[in-house]
Amino acid sequence: MTDDQTTMTKPEIRNQITVALAGQPNVGKSTVFNLLTGLSQRVGNWPGKTIEQKTGTYHYNDTTVNIVDLPGTYSLTANSLEEQIARDYIIKEKPDVVVAIVNAAALERSLYLVAELLELSVPVVLGLNMTDVAEQQRMHIEPHVLEAALRLPVVPMVASKNQGIRELVEAVDHLARNPDSYAPCRPGIREDHQAVLSQLQEIITGQVPEPYPEGWVALKLLEGDREITRMMQERLSPEKWEQVHAILMQHEDAVLAVAGARYEWIGRMVRAALVRPTFGQISLTDRVDRYATHPFWGLLILLGMLGLIFWLTYAVGAPLQELLDTYLVQAGAEWVRAALSAAPTWLVELLADGVIGGAGMVITFLPILVIFFAALGLLEDVGYMARAAYVMDRFMHLMGLHGKSFLPLFLGFGCNVPAVMGARVVEEHKARLLTILVAPLVPCTARMAVVAVLVPIFFSSHAALVSWGLVGLNLVMLAIIGIALHELVLGGKHVAFIMELPLYHLPNARTIGLSVWQRLVAFLKKAGSIIVVVSIVVWALSVLPGGEIESSYLAALGRLLVPLGGLMGLGWQMMVALLTSFVAKENTIATLGVLYSAGEEGTRLAEVLPGVLTPAAALAFLAVQMLFIPCVATVATIRQETGSWRWTAFSVALLLVVSFAVGIAIYQGARLVGWGM
Amino acid sequence: MRSNELVPLTTLSSGEVGVVQALVGGLRLRSRLATLGFIPGARLMMMQNFGYGPLIVNIRDTRIALGRGEAMKVLVKRMTNDR
Repeated sequence: MTDDQTTMTKPEIRNQITVALAGQPNVGKSTVFNLLTGLSQRVGNWPGKTIEQKTGTYHYNDTTVNIVDLPGTYSLTANSLEEQIARDYIIKEKPDVVVAIVNAAALERSLYLVAELLELSVPVVLGLNMTDVAEQQRMHIEPHVLEAALRLPVVPMVASKNQGIRELVEAVDHLARNPDSYAPCRPGIREDHQAVLSQLQEIITGQVPEPYPEGWVALKLLEGDREITRMMQERLSPEKWEQVHAILMQHEDAVLAVAGARYEWIGRMVRAALVRPTFGQISLTDRVDRYATHPFWGLLILLGMLGLIFWLTYAVGAPLQELLDTYLVQAGAEWVRAALSAAPTWLVELLADGVIGGAGMVITFLPILVIFFAALGLLEDVGYMARAAYVMDRFMHLMGLHGKSFLPLFLGFGCNVPAVMGARVVEEHKARLLTILVAPLVPCTARMAVVAVLVPIFFSSHAALVSWGLVGLNLVMLAIIGIALHELVLGGKHVAFIMELPLYHLPNARTIGLSVWQRLVAFLKKAGSIIVVVSIVVWALSVLPGGEIESSYLAALGRLLVPLGGLMGLGWQMMVALLTSFVAKENTIATLGVLYSAGEEGTRLAEVLPGVLTPAAALAFLAVQMLFIPCVATVATIRQETGSWRWTAFSVALLLVVSFAVGIAIYQGARLVGWGM
Repeated sequence: MRSNELVPLTTLSSGEVGVVQALVGGLRLRSRLATLGFIPGARLMMMQNFGYGPLIVNIRDTRIALGRGEAMKVLVKRMTNDR
């Protein structure tokens, strides 16, 4: 970070500056960030928050520029965690320059954030992005005229075509070196609210904590900003707060007046610079949206897209997965066995089964993840994601979820890992958490594989019915838990549905590639290590102390769980099978095969299992298996995406309770009516 | 229906133009809507309204999808269609 105290006086010898990148959603901010930082970017979390923070660096002449990508927000009023993070960063960390990216095709709307930035004292460079899109919409903007009105550096850009980046970098450098040249035109407040504002400022003067500017705090009070209101209520004496409160009550409408004044200011700023067609031009986006957002056609298009993604996964991803497994994982294990033939058996087993088994699972996940992430990235980049959310919103809203949760959740049918990671498309923090928490309830292909083997053994005549019933059970539980968590996590508040539908545009390979790359790296780095460690631990438990699973610690644990299993009619072998499914769902079948000495194929299991399990117990087991804690890869991803062990533990505990409760209910219910005993 | 009466945004049908007159409802909702440009005097055009479910309006060159509940809180004056 910068060393302000010592170098502020001699800007010419500074060689480290910090730049914050601000902008509303859908202005191409991440494209600009990617162009500036490339692969130098680091992804972490905002301190103490579970919101992703991206930072990166670039070099210009002798200067190292540290860039902090602020969350995309429409304003700097604390209506969301993102908005609070963005403005706290600017106010408290005081970056040397703020680069504000605006969308030229929605100039007035995206200048709103700039109007708010200018109320703070930090120097702003304006990146006028997507000028090509504006031209397509037959809007013509004169950057120089805008620059003259705003008295800010204005850099026209087409970030998707790598145009204007160099000029932006130069403008930042120039402003950082000449902070005294900065004297922008700042928005004011309407005359009828001027008196109130100065009245407020008078009351709070001397009481505002550093580093908040007093005038700005007064303005935010008038706007009804929750954070600032709370802060000042704590700071002010009860009498003074009473005065402030009385004024605010009289001016309940001030939120519109303040926002209105900003828009009036914006109107004056762009009047000379913007030439636009008459109101209500029908664009290509509107023509496409007649179908894409139609209640019927939109649903059909969405289903078509999803079908395509799944087809790709099975046509391309699954064979790749098998190739990787055969030629990398199994071959690697063989190689270890051959190379270490002289080493002690336990070491060979540890490496071949434990380590390579765990690492192999991480690797075989990759093809599916690449396909899912690329599909998500593409749909997001062209602007379709918002339409899918719009079409699905009425259904998702029933359980307090945002329409945007639909796509990641749907991907969960393929694999829960991309579902959890895909929840990033849901911007609102709590709605994203809720999406992550319900994602493991979507039955993934691995669980369905277990169902496909076990259901015919017990319910040959109604196999399809039972399989669909199990899927239905999961979805019903998802809805119930979604509604319950919505009450718990969101306090039951109605999630307002206000969403921008961006203009469609051609996808940018670099943006999509980087988003796939970042998600893969995040998965490999954080989730990968947890997966390997847990795989080794479970493997060790299953062979220690004697080398046989029947006499292992894992089996002992299974025997400990017999009282619980008994409530569902399940023996210790079935409980062990559940425990091993934590590493990978497919393990259920393999474990049962070993424990019932039936080999690993389903055919011999088919002869043994009906002898040890009643149909009622089998149904209970299948239901538990479907609702059980997800595989370690998903749990590790939940940890990584929520950034919190507490929420991860909550998710695991919740699913344990739910799955066993349903299993017990099914078995005991069957006992009551005398079915399948 | 060419009068000057205030109507909720939900009553505009696709293609109709209106002018925002007032926002009602909670502070947080009004604040979010105001940020997006739903300010008294702002012109908007209804892009899609099937009479049920969410709707889409174009305001300040941006297409905004609103839930019906949210759209009820935006009071507009209907304009003669001047396209």
